[in-house]
Amino acid sequence: MRLLTHNMLSSNIKGVANGFPLRIEVEKVVEKQVDFNADFLKNMFAKIEWKALVDASRSMGYSELPGDANPSMLDSDDFLQKFHHALLELHLEEGALVCPETGRKFPVNKGIPNMLLHEDEV
Amino acid sequence: MKLKQLEGLLGSIQQFSNPKIDLEQYPTGPHIASRMLYTAENSFGDVSDKVVADFGCGCGTLGLAAGLLGAQHVIGLDIDDQSLEIASINADDLELDMNFVQCDIKNFRWRDQIVDTVIMNPPFGTRKKGADMDFLSVALKVASQAVYSLHKTTTRDHVKRTALRDYNASSAEILCEVYHIQLICSFASIFCVYPYIIDNISRIHSILLFFMVN
Ligand SMILES: C[S@@+](CC[C@H](N)C(=O)[O-])C[C@H]1O[C@@H](n2cnc3c(N)ncnc32)[C@H](O)[C@@H]1O
Repeated sequence: MRLLTHNMLSSNIKGVANGFPLRIEVEKVVEKQVDFNADFLKNMFAKIEWKALVDASRSMGYSELPGDANPSMLDSDDFLQKFHHALLELHLEEGALVCPETGRKFPVNKGIPNMLLHEDEV
Repeated sequence: MKLKQLEGLLGSIQQFSNPKIDLEQYPTGPHIASRMLYTAENSFGDVSDKVVADFGCGCGTLGLAAGLLGAQHVIGLDIDDQSLEIASINADDLELDMNFVQCDIKNFRWRDQIVDTVIMNPPFGTRKKGADMDFLSVALKVASQAVYSLHKTTTRDHVKRTALRDYNASSAEILCEVYHIQLICSFASIFCVYPYIIDNISRIHSILLFFMVN
């Protein structure tokens, strides 16, 4: 699972008011190379939650992203390369996503998070 | 990529080995799947460089087609882990990097606006009444550009009406009618539903278009 996917997911347990972002528990990270597409990154920048991406990438062992970012940085190739790597190339292969409010864990196996809810959580 | 090439690649992927009838697990055939995504790409520009979600992805046919046509990020969602496992193998075989999430579409929550396009062949609701409409309602919440969805022909008016009236679609257009050679359904149409935001209170306006494909 790429961190772009992580940046969209939120805990959907009944009663949870703010289920975003899910905390990441890492067992295994893999990296997969993706073709660089600057226009896509520039377009995504406005849509993603930067802080969630920074925290997620740090928990995956990548700490190159600046804590704060603004659109002017999109002119820097160095910044775009790091953004690209964090957003698209780092994958959570094994581990869990943890609901920030309840601590409920959603397991991730073979890169696939299981977001199915138990009956009493719907 | 040429249409024939796309159809050929989709024809080579592995499908449900033990389809679960309750989940309405029948695959979209390569003929329909390739044309559906080809139209989305070539007529509407809704695939390449986009973020695409495949709702009820099963073994991945539609999402993989999007990946083959150059989508930048494809996410397949399904409730069934066995299908997702096959889909993930199919992605590896095609050397596509597709993401998957196991979830029930009905109670799935997502941050809005990141997904551009939703593509789906939802359960028609022959087993669980309203399943098709559950999918459509969530799809129209999540997609910021378009939803391409297969529906049973007999539900066309209901689907169109509900999408426009209740789910904030701005247009609902039948792109084509296709003949499915399947056990469960015999006839389906492809709907294209466009949600866009007209003003800052997210009011939605509607248009209707029609497109025929051989
Ligand atoms: C008609 S099949 C389509 C499969 C695949 N998209 C294709 O086109 O070949 C419908 C899929 O929806 C999945 N499904 C059914 N109910 C679901 C639900 N509530 N949430 C998520 N997926 C569901 C089934 O497991 C099945 O894979």
